[in-house]
Amino acid sequence: MANKFVEWIDARIPMTKTWNIHLAQYPAPKNFNFWYLFGVLAMLVLVNQILTGVWLTMNYVPSSEGAFASVEYIMRDIDYGWLLRYMHSTGASAFFIVVYLHMFRGMLYGSYQKPRELLWLFGMFIFLVLMAEAFMGYLLPWGQMSYWGAQVIISLFGAIPVIGDDLTLWIRGDYVISGATLNRFFALHVIALPLVLVILVFLHIIALHEVGSNNPDGVPIKKPKGSVPDEEKPKFKFHERFTKKYDIVDAIPFYPYYIVKDLVGIGIFLFLFCYVIFFMPEMGGFFLEPPNFEPANPLKTPEHIAPVWYFTPFYAILRAVPDKLFGVILMFASIVLLALLPWLDRGRVRSIRYRSILHKLNLAVFSVSFLVLGYLGTQPATPTSTMFAQIFTFLYFAFFVLLFFYSKREKTKPVPERVTS
Amino acid sequence: MKKLLIALVTFIPSLVFAAGPTVPLDEAKVDLHDKASLQRGAQLFMNYCLGCHSLQYARYNRMFEDLGIPEDVGQKNLQFTGEKEGDLITNNMSEEKAGAWFGNPPPDLTNVARVRGPDWIYTYLRSFYRDDSRPFGVNNSVFPNVGMPHVLQELQGLPEKTYEERRIDGEMKKVYVGLKTDGKGRLTESEYDQAMLDLTSFLVYMGEPMKLEQRRMGWFVFGFLLVFTILAWLLKKEFWKDLK
Repeated sequence: MANKFVEWIDARIPMTKTWNIHLAQYPAPKNFNFWYLFGVLAMLVLVNQILTGVWLTMNYVPSSEGAFASVEYIMRDIDYGWLLRYMHSTGASAFFIVVYLHMFRGMLYGSYQKPRELLWLFGMFIFLVLMAEAFMGYLLPWGQMSYWGAQVIISLFGAIPVIGDDLTLWIRGDYVISGATLNRFFALHVIALPLVLVILVFLHIIALHEVGSNNPDGVPIKKPKGSVPDEEKPKFKFHERFTKKYDIVDAIPFYPYYIVKDLVGIGIFLFLFCYVIFFMPEMGGFFLEPPNFEPANPLKTPEHIAPVWYFTPFYAILRAVPDKLFGVILMFASIVLLALLPWLDRGRVRSIRYRSILHKLNLAVFSVSFLVLGYLGTQPATPTSTMFAQIFTFLYFAFFVLLFFYSKREKTKPVPERVTS
Repeated sequence: MKKLLIALVTFIPSLVFAAGPTVPLDEAKVDLHDKASLQRGAQLFMNYCLGCHSLQYARYNRMFEDLGIPEDVGQKNLQFTGEKEGDLITNNMSEEKAGAWFGNPPPDLTNVARVRGPDWIYTYLRSFYRDDSRPFGVNNSVFPNVGMPHVLQELQGLPEKTYEERRIDGEMKKVYVGLKTDGKGRLTESEYDQAMLDLTSFLVYMGEPMKLEQRRMGWFVFGFLLVFTILAWLLKKEFWKDLK
């Protein structure tokens, strides 16, 4: 009976075939480690955001008069409304945590290198859309930080010569942040950007499954057809789409092996996630900022305006530059350079395991710079902190410049033929 | 030029107020399980605060339920304005007039504990002192030049800044030692501290009325996750056995 039903479906849409290509007969390298968990976690958080977002929308009022009160209404009068809201607000920060770790994994193991350039670019577009999505979502509670944070960020576009002022006016739909801004941000936050995000995630996965996953050794698991003796081939059946042109080695099917492994990771992640939701939803003022529990007041500037933590590394770069226009350019450059990594890194060795000491150091300095900039961005600017921000901004950019020059003639360690362990 | 002005207007306040409160804050030992304390806090709020400060996002009956107050008792003793039990806790002060009276309209206090933190509220309420240069004759060391009169003076009395002669480096100097009440209030110092802790606890409850339910649910979720993760781990072990 069940078989008949599946046959009936398969005659009409490629259900079983899709399941096999992408899960049950998809060859995944057998040596994935901890770092390979964050892709699936990002998917989990995306689903969380969409589901809780839909339910929040049912009671949220997108107007400057009603927004703040409607959020309090959700928190106090809707059954488990507080849970939905905290899941959504915690999810926003969790999204950035897992995405940053996911991107760092790509840098560690050279996952952006040929042939995965497009995969990396789709990922960078996801990151950009995610930032826009988070920024617009943060305006919706219409608290003091929502309002003034948006004011500061939108005013950045005013630094663009000639069109700057008209551009900020066009974005806001008003001369200041107002109900008009709130309404358009709401529309973009709940419809336009999530749609783009889901499409980009789809393309990201299609691109991944076309070229296959990288792994911690950075060694391809696809070998030339006929080069691998039968006894060395894995005992699993992989879809002919993958085996037609290549001999696959050191791989296991994604389903069930990585699905069950990811379930353990998801469990551990949910412990941390739920700890925040149920025991410290503000996360010490980083996930929900205290001034945001006060309704937006255009006449009262908060003592200290800082964007939410996930924007602070870029915000620190912006503030490090005395000239506003150059600061904005540098801030965007810090993201564009990440997108250009596949072409800036001219090395042939992917994984950090087999790259030079210089590269390891360079990547370490880059990571530290990113973290320090993130911290500095949360603090009020003082002459000392600005000086540190300038030093670490320099180191951030130095990573890309150095990489471009040393990667071509880098002294690397011998790369194994096959993945280890 | 316009941009520069805007930038100055935006950033100068941040320099002036960046320092935050100038006095160290006392720790408010809030216990949300202590219903009696929360009830006393609600009583203080409805009698002394609600005239000017609303709790406009909260409802009377939800508060009664959470604080263990029977609805008829609550309506008789805590509702003074003839509202229904399901109504929001508002008052009739006009924002415009209040602005004229106090400089700024008194803020709504539903979320004040989340904005300021319990320690700030607890210390603020105990930091009014006599200052004849101010319109209401009082100032506050936590919130300098606040527009609010010392509403609880009949309970605390009127504190004054007191100084002591102390020998420092061989010289006698006047040192500020704190606030001392004139003793004309109905409560002793420790009674007043307790009353302010009650009021602070009530406001902490107001900020997050779901807090206790949230924590209780959190433990159940942890229990579920523990079982889920162990089962997932066993499943993983079972499947991965074939790979050895």
